Amino acid sequence: MLDLRKYDSLGGALHAALDRFADEVCLIEADRDREKERLTYRQFKEQALPLARALEDAGFAGGDRAAAAAGRAAIIMTNQPKWLISAAAVFFAGGVLVPLDYKLTADEQWQLLAHSQARFLITEYPIWRQLAPSPRRAQAVVETVLVTEAPPGADLSGARRWEEFRGPSGTKGEPQFVARRREDPACIVYSSGTGGRPKGCVMTHENYLEQCTALTAIYPFWPGVRYLSILPTNHAIDFMVGFIGPFVCGAAVVHLRTLRPEYVREAFPRYRITYVTLVPLVLKNLRNGLQARLDALPPAKKAVFRLLRDVNKALTRGRPRPWLSRRLLSQVHQAFGGELLTIIVGGAFTEPETLQFFYDLGIPVANGYGLTEACTAITVNDMRSFRADTVGKPLPGIEVRILKPDAEGIGEIATRSRAVMSHYLGEPELTAETVVDGWLMTGDLGRLDASGHLQLFGRKKNMIVTQEGKNIYPEDIETVFEGLPVKEFCVFAANYVWPQRTMTGEQLVLVVHLEPGQALADALREEIAARNRRLLSYKRISGYVLWEEDFPLTTSLKIKRTVLAEQLAKLDRSAAVIPL
Amino acid sequence: MRTLEQTTQEILTLAAKHFGVPEGSLAPGDDFFKKLGIDSLQALDLLSRVENHFGIELPDYEIQGVSDFQTLAQRIQSRL
Repeated sequence: MLDLRKYDSLGGALHAALDRFADEVCLIEADRDREKERLTYRQFKEQALPLARALEDAGFAGGDRAAAAAGRAAIIMTNQPKWLISAAAVFFAGGVLVPLDYKLTADEQWQLLAHSQARFLITEYPIWRQLAPSPRRAQAVVETVLVTEAPPGADLSGARRWEEFRGPSGTKGEPQFVARRREDPACIVYSSGTGGRPKGCVMTHENYLEQCTALTAIYPFWPGVRYLSILPTNHAIDFMVGFIGPFVCGAAVVHLRTLRPEYVREAFPRYRITYVTLVPLVLKNLRNGLQARLDALPPAKKAVFRLLRDVNKALTRGRPRPWLSRRLLSQVHQAFGGELLTIIVGGAFTEPETLQFFYDLGIPVANGYGLTEACTAITVNDMRSFRADTVGKPLPGIEVRILKPDAEGIGEIATRSRAVMSHYLGEPELTAETVVDGWLMTGDLGRLDASGHLQLFGRKKNMIVTQEGKNIYPEDIETVFEGLPVKEFCVFAANYVWPQRTMTGEQLVLVVHLEPGQALADALREEIAARNRRLLSYKRISGYVLWEEDFPLTTSLKIKRTVLAEQLAKLDRSAAVIPL
Repeated sequence: MRTLEQTTQEILTLAAKHFGVPEGSLAPGDDFFKKLGIDSLQALDLLSRVENHFGIELPDYEIQGVSDFQTLAQRIQSRL
């Protein structure tokens, strides 16, 4: 691994890695059961540097000018090598990267592009086909668009082909490496806010270098390690453990162009995967599949399996012993390729039973706790010893405090470290509310136990996180209900109104205040359902509440959400929420 | 060459069989997440079966944001 203390920027560290590990495999791209491409670090460099040069030739202005739009480049791509090659080129040229979620709608993406002020956009042809015709395009300042994998003769709507991009003059040669300071912005990462108020976390080079050092101290990479990248790379976790972490250690990243469960399963043995990050939903799916296979074993084999699992449990009580577990439970481990060290789970809360299920089979699942604002992870389960009931201990160099703990020690989690973001882009007030004296207020509720492990107990903030790791803010989905023929409405996270002290089973509810004399007719119910269907499935409300009083409003006629939530809390949740 | 109606009907039959629901209980405009109570992974699983049936490959991005049988059928139809 590179000694990251020697580097001031991601561009500097990545550039050094490309030389240091030149002959190691760095990227494997597969589509279904076909391998499409395999690149060494040298070959990666042979693509990244000319792209950096072409960007510079096209007016991409990194360095101190990166504070302005001309040094900002957004990427909207699925997980694939060109994502990482493009990002490395942007960092090499001293630019600021804006990684956006390819799963957002075109309107949402243009809104975030406009907010970030990115002047360059790197995307895939199918995504560009959705983006280009959107009327919201006019809001953004994007001038240069590069698209990958466009078919011959395709209408590019003003974009240029990534594969042929060589700047206006077609000049060749080494790009100019643009040095950055540790405190300079490296990325603008949107944690939420597509429908309402975009929250662009400005992350510095120091944030990433510090977070990478802390994480790899517990879960190291080295040449030969193969990381299966499934979470979108724009997500803080995959950006760190599916790009920066493996690269500064000379490891390889495997990209799949489809996430169909059968191909994901096949990828483990085919590429002898060492690490993978999954969201809780996928982990649970894996568990159910394994459980079904175990249940189907003949009685005698089942008894032998249980015996071996119990032996494994006894021998791995203190810490994981992968080589031993692989021998004891070889069939299970062979299905995962036989070299899987750890499954990292992130993006949302994971139920302890699922974590324990895998640990008992000798497959440790590294759960943790983190926020985009804290770079990636604040705590991680270090497995010494494994505690399924917690989200682990704070990473080296990261402080965690519980604010105003109640009698049970539960209060808001605050964290302080060099990995905490610089600020929210263009939101000084929101930044001041969120980062107080260097402490990041997470809005989550937790407790530190005697051994320093963190346990989570719900949220203080009005939002939910789905099992797929999606953060949904009620304000962001309210626009779909605008014009609903009622006096007023508001969307809430049910657990915000009625605290549950749990991180599971979260739901969104629509609170409706009808006009005087108005009845809840079938037509209105149907309209609510129809509007709800316009939302992506994971963003939908699951029920509604009829409220008979006027909403409390501010002088500027905005809903006082906190006050309304307090009023709603007096209702009995199970009786008040009508399922949709 | 199948018509869009035929493609839609074949998808409905496949989905009903795969998830064990009566064939007539699914309609083209149904939201398959809601009607079948499935998550995004199960939807991808259904897509694999649909691909095998029609002998085509549909990239994941093609079903991004698709949640009803009718739209899914249109995406399939354009690749037949």
